[in-house]
Amino acid sequence: MADKLRAQQQLESLQARYIGTGNSDTTKFEWTSNIARDSLSSYIGHPPMLQYMSIGLGQSRERTRVQFLERMIQPVGKPPETQN
Amino acid sequence: MTSFSTLSLYALTVQPPSATQDAISGDFLGNGRQQILTANGSRLAILEVSRRQKGFTEVFSQDVFGIIRRIAKFRLAGGTKDIIAISTDSGRLVTFEYLHDEHKLKAVHFETFGKSGIRRVVPGEYLATDPKGRAIMVASTEKNKLVYILTRSGQTDIAISSPLEAHKPQTLVYCLIGLDVGYDNPVFAALELDYSRAESDPSGEELGLLEKELVYYELDLGLNHIVRKWSEPVDRTSNTLFRVPGGPGAPSGVLCCGEDNISYRRIFNERPDVHRLAIPRRDGATEDPNRKRIIVAGTLYALKGGDFFYLLQSEDGDVFKVTFDVLGGVVERIKIKYFDTIPVATSICILKAGFVFCACESGDRILYELESLGEETDDPVFESDQFPIDPFARFSPPYFRPRPLTNLTPVEKLPSLNPIMDMEVANLSMEDAPQIYTVSGTGARSTFRTTRNALEVLDLIESPLPQPASNVWTTKLTAEDEFDTLIVLSLHSRTLVLKIGEDVTEASNTGLLADTNTLGIQQFGEDCVIQIHPRGIRHIQQIQFPEEDSTAVYVNFTDWQAPAHRTIIACASNNRQVALALSSGQIMYFECDSDGSLAMADEEINLDSPINCLAIPDVPEGSVRSFFMAVGCGDQTVRIYNLSPDMDGLILRNISVQALSAQPSSITINYMRDKSPRGYSQFLHIGLRTGVYIRSHLDEHTGEIGDTRRRFLGPEPIEFARVNAAGESAILAMTSRPWLSYTDPRTHSLATTPLNYMKFKSAWNFEGAQFKGVICVSANELRIFTFNDLANNTTYESIPLRYTPRKLVGYHDQQIYYVVQSENNTMSVDTKKTLMAQAKSTDMVVLKQEQADSDSDKNIVKEEQTNGVVGDAEETKGATDEDEWPPLEFGYARAGGHWASCIQVVDPVTEKAVIHTVELGENKSALSAALVCFESRENDYFLAVGIAENLSFSPYTYKSASIQLYKVSGDGRSLEFFHETEMTEPPLALLGFKGKLVAGIGRNLGLYDCGMRSLLRKAQALQCVSTRIVDLKTQGSRIIVSDQSQSVTFTVHKDLVHPNRLIPFADDSVARYTTCTTMVDYDTVVGGDKFGNLWLVRCPQKVSETSDESNDGQHLIQDKSYLGGTPNRVDVIAHYFAQDIPVSLQKTPLLAGGEKIIFWAGLQGTLGALIPFQSRRDFKMFQQLELALRNDDKPVSGRDHLAFRSYYLPVKSFIDGDLVERFLVMNRDKRESIVGQLTGSWTSESVDEAIWNMRGLYAF
Repeated sequence: MADKLRAQQQLESLQARYIGTGNSDTTKFEWTSNIARDSLSSYIGHPPMLQYMSIGLGQSRERTRVQFLERMIQPVGKPPETQN
Repeated sequence: MTSFSTLSLYALTVQPPSATQDAISGDFLGNGRQQILTANGSRLAILEVSRRQKGFTEVFSQDVFGIIRRIAKFRLAGGTKDIIAISTDSGRLVTFEYLHDEHKLKAVHFETFGKSGIRRVVPGEYLATDPKGRAIMVASTEKNKLVYILTRSGQTDIAISSPLEAHKPQTLVYCLIGLDVGYDNPVFAALELDYSRAESDPSGEELGLLEKELVYYELDLGLNHIVRKWSEPVDRTSNTLFRVPGGPGAPSGVLCCGEDNISYRRIFNERPDVHRLAIPRRDGATEDPNRKRIIVAGTLYALKGGDFFYLLQSEDGDVFKVTFDVLGGVVERIKIKYFDTIPVATSICILKAGFVFCACESGDRILYELESLGEETDDPVFESDQFPIDPFARFSPPYFRPRPLTNLTPVEKLPSLNPIMDMEVANLSMEDAPQIYTVSGTGARSTFRTTRNALEVLDLIESPLPQPASNVWTTKLTAEDEFDTLIVLSLHSRTLVLKIGEDVTEASNTGLLADTNTLGIQQFGEDCVIQIHPRGIRHIQQIQFPEEDSTAVYVNFTDWQAPAHRTIIACASNNRQVALALSSGQIMYFECDSDGSLAMADEEINLDSPINCLAIPDVPEGSVRSFFMAVGCGDQTVRIYNLSPDMDGLILRNISVQALSAQPSSITINYMRDKSPRGYSQFLHIGLRTGVYIRSHLDEHTGEIGDTRRRFLGPEPIEFARVNAAGESAILAMTSRPWLSYTDPRTHSLATTPLNYMKFKSAWNFEGAQFKGVICVSANELRIFTFNDLANNTTYESIPLRYTPRKLVGYHDQQIYYVVQSENNTMSVDTKKTLMAQAKSTDMVVLKQEQADSDSDKNIVKEEQTNGVVGDAEETKGATDEDEWPPLEFGYARAGGHWASCIQVVDPVTEKAVIHTVELGENKSALSAALVCFESRENDYFLAVGIAENLSFSPYTYKSASIQLYKVSGDGRSLEFFHETEMTEPPLALLGFKGKLVAGIGRNLGLYDCGMRSLLRKAQALQCVSTRIVDLKTQGSRIIVSDQSQSVTFTVHKDLVHPNRLIPFADDSVARYTTCTTMVDYDTVVGGDKFGNLWLVRCPQKVSETSDESNDGQHLIQDKSYLGGTPNRVDVIAHYFAQDIPVSLQKTPLLAGGEKIIFWAGLQGTLGALIPFQSRRDFKMFQQLELALRNDDKPVSGRDHLAFRSYYLPVKSFIDGDLVERFLVMNRDKRESIVGQLTGSWTSESVDEAIWNMRGLYAF
């Protein structure tokens, strides 16, 4: 029992520390949002990738960066209705 | 047991990336002047700008082997230099002090805070320092923020605290700065957005209600605690912040910039304290009057006396000056005024010396000189009183008209290939080494560039000669002279003497023998000059020019006659020694007597083989003679003789011999800078008749030859001249083209680089009163040139292009390139023309209206302005010009969702210009191109261009797609539209294949023949790949199909069945977002992906053979597909993380007579080479060396080198040449300790040589 409790606590601390650490109740929405946010953050963080996309879009890097940050707010659309 | 892979590659950077991620100015050297610190890719560089040299000098540059994301500087109170802080993907906060004397970065702090890599919640995306150097804050894009407190401990040390956390979950950070609060508690300001409410609202209403906040974090130094002091909602579009100076009498606070919004805010402000400006918009016929701009870059500049201003750049490139009206520390209003237009920048730095450095997003980085502060220009000034604080309230938008540069003048450009869009290595101009052709840049600043490995020289003088000269010398008249006085030219059996004065005139009565050809001229002894000619030596005493004219007087001359029936064939001399080689194989040796006359030695050398050349070094300082003479003999040896008496008192004794692979054509000995403790050593240079150049170390005491470097320079015998290049002694080697052999200023190892100059036969050092350089003769011309800089070994030629280039297609037979170009969000030429015409007609209407209606409202006043200036434009540029402003400076008129596109024909060899342009209208954009020779069209050449109409990304939509065919004229210089064929999806890849055209249409691969009205499909592989075909390469019947996200698919074409078949038979098991590929051999493909990896995959032997076995491919079709892909999988044989996104790869030799290597170009301007190892012994050494360097010379970014090169997938079969070359810049002790770890008989010199060979023999 104590082990189970500790495992639970560890998981909780892990979840608090690293966003995206899943659990058995993770919904599809949460999971896909996390992936999309991670990707967008990676596009912003890798300078060559941001430049590559900015050239394709024909706009300045700063504008692309802000667009990606905006998209991180709700990357996969509205959250689903909760059942209860 | 050690196992070796079949292939190992050495990854070398030929040209480091030139895309600047961030640039800041500061005093990093601690010398009271300002330098610029730039971060390009993984390189950190310090540039010094000086008015004296009119430009940049790179003080320091180092690869940190990590992705640099932000750089910052700080200085603790009482410090004398700025400390550098960088945030990389290492998960560490690293700060450096630059030690200029030792030429290295000393890590000050090295604080690990998180996982490595670029992650959403690991800080590093934002880095801010307190202006007083008391704290550093690092933040991630979401949630995490860490604050480190810096304190001074002791006299020199800077202590750092453990991090304080200011995390807030579900909060995005847009910008982070350190506020200027004087000596109050440090405050950081962040632009944040908390999205948690939208996350739990299924109705989606909350999303629209989210607010962006400006949050102030105060670091309480007393409590050692960080608090979220205050926050206020700001404009939802805000994207960046700028610090406002604080402290006594200064306002403090931030400038918060967003779309159409620049507002001044400060902590605890009330609504009336906020001052807002709208970003002025361009006023013109082709400009959308409602388009809002954002600020993309900017800088604060504080003047002496507390005054300050900002230069803020909008995304059009327009720079605005923002000034404050401050009364007693309270901001009354802020003002904005148009300053100038410069290319869109990532960073702008203003230096105290009056320079503005613009790190452009694309193209050359530019240094401007600040002519004035923009107070004199009559551009409109807008004040914050004019604009409401609420950005949604109505206001009349400010307009201005852009104009040419007035406040700034460009001083220098730092050449930059960034961004490279496509590249090809080819030898179009038929030189001995191929050239690198790249298309780079974006928008109107796009260029087609030819890059060569050559040193830039500065031509000073060229003057014609009466008849062709074969040799040239310059000489002083006495040993004390500072400058050369005479130029002696050896013409055909005649000698011409010129005097250098105000101008160069023929000298008479110099005593030099005129009616013979000369072999050598030497200033001898104190005040004599000797002339060596085939029949003897003429020794002339005291030549003087008593008058200003060119008539000389001399005291007397003596002739020494060569023995009867013998002639002098080679000679060598210095100020005190002369050696002559006779046709009989004798070498006579003379020394300078006490009275300056020639004294022949009793000894002489008799050789059996003919003598080709002689060399005696200059007399070393403090000696009476030089110690050695080198003799190049016909029996393929170079022999060293001693000239100073040995232990037995004998001279001219053979002390060492070097055997050669061919007869030597020229030899010389000089002192060159190197890595020895003394800083320079004596070197023997041997040039062979086969064009091979050998440089060896010649020991000063023993005369032993060692540490040899060989390189092939050109297919003609080599001649040498000792010259002075940019203040360093160097050797000019003349073969099929001139080369300079010099010491690399950065690594202090040998560098050989051809000159960007014509071929010449003879050269000599030239030291005149006005300039120092090299004098040379080529046929009928006498030329003098000089070297400016030895640090840059490439030269560029650039041709401007119209839009962002997408693809480069070469027609090598006609020396022509076709470039397809397209520009997103840009108005097409037709639209611009219509708008311009409309503007003119409305002007007419307005004029009439105005006459009729006297009460002119604001609108009409505005129209009136337009009217006036359009009229001007008409007068100056003519009515046909479709651009309102020159696009090179101002960019193209923007229009969302529109495309401007064209195809241009470039002649980079003869005309060096664009010779033909085809503009595509109807919102079409060119995506791909290929030169195809159709079998069915009598082998005429056609240019196939993939086109999409109304293309937009995310989501990927288009109205229609097609392939346009253009008939190429016989000389390749013009294009004629042939026909256009509708396609189902945009063709992103085209390729000429077996007299037909193969095209990647979305997921499908199609083979097309040319019909009368359209392309005719002959074969198709439906759903050949899983996403979208982006590249095609071929050898034989095999086509390598690259997918946008799923690596490569090997496809075979079967043409003996009807209908033809295209059968995919092997693909990859790793999802690689391929950008470019090339075939290394029939089974091996090298490719690059969007994440910056380079990889090699190989089709298994068996699979490869079966694919070509049958004529109909029946059994390939029958093969069962494996896991949803093709039946077979390719094997990965090498993998490497290069950081930059490869855009083009090619297997090609890079040097004359060099072996083939894989050459690649990266988006950010990187040019790199992948060199296969030839010997296992070398490979083992390099492997051990890399391992040792990883441990002993850890990357300064704190990133683990192995982890960095294995960023996405483990590095395999690659040696990082950039890390290995760090060995060259290490100090001697460290080198020795690393060499000590290597197994096998390696010494520091032999490792040095092996590293040098890897670069010198394959790349440059």
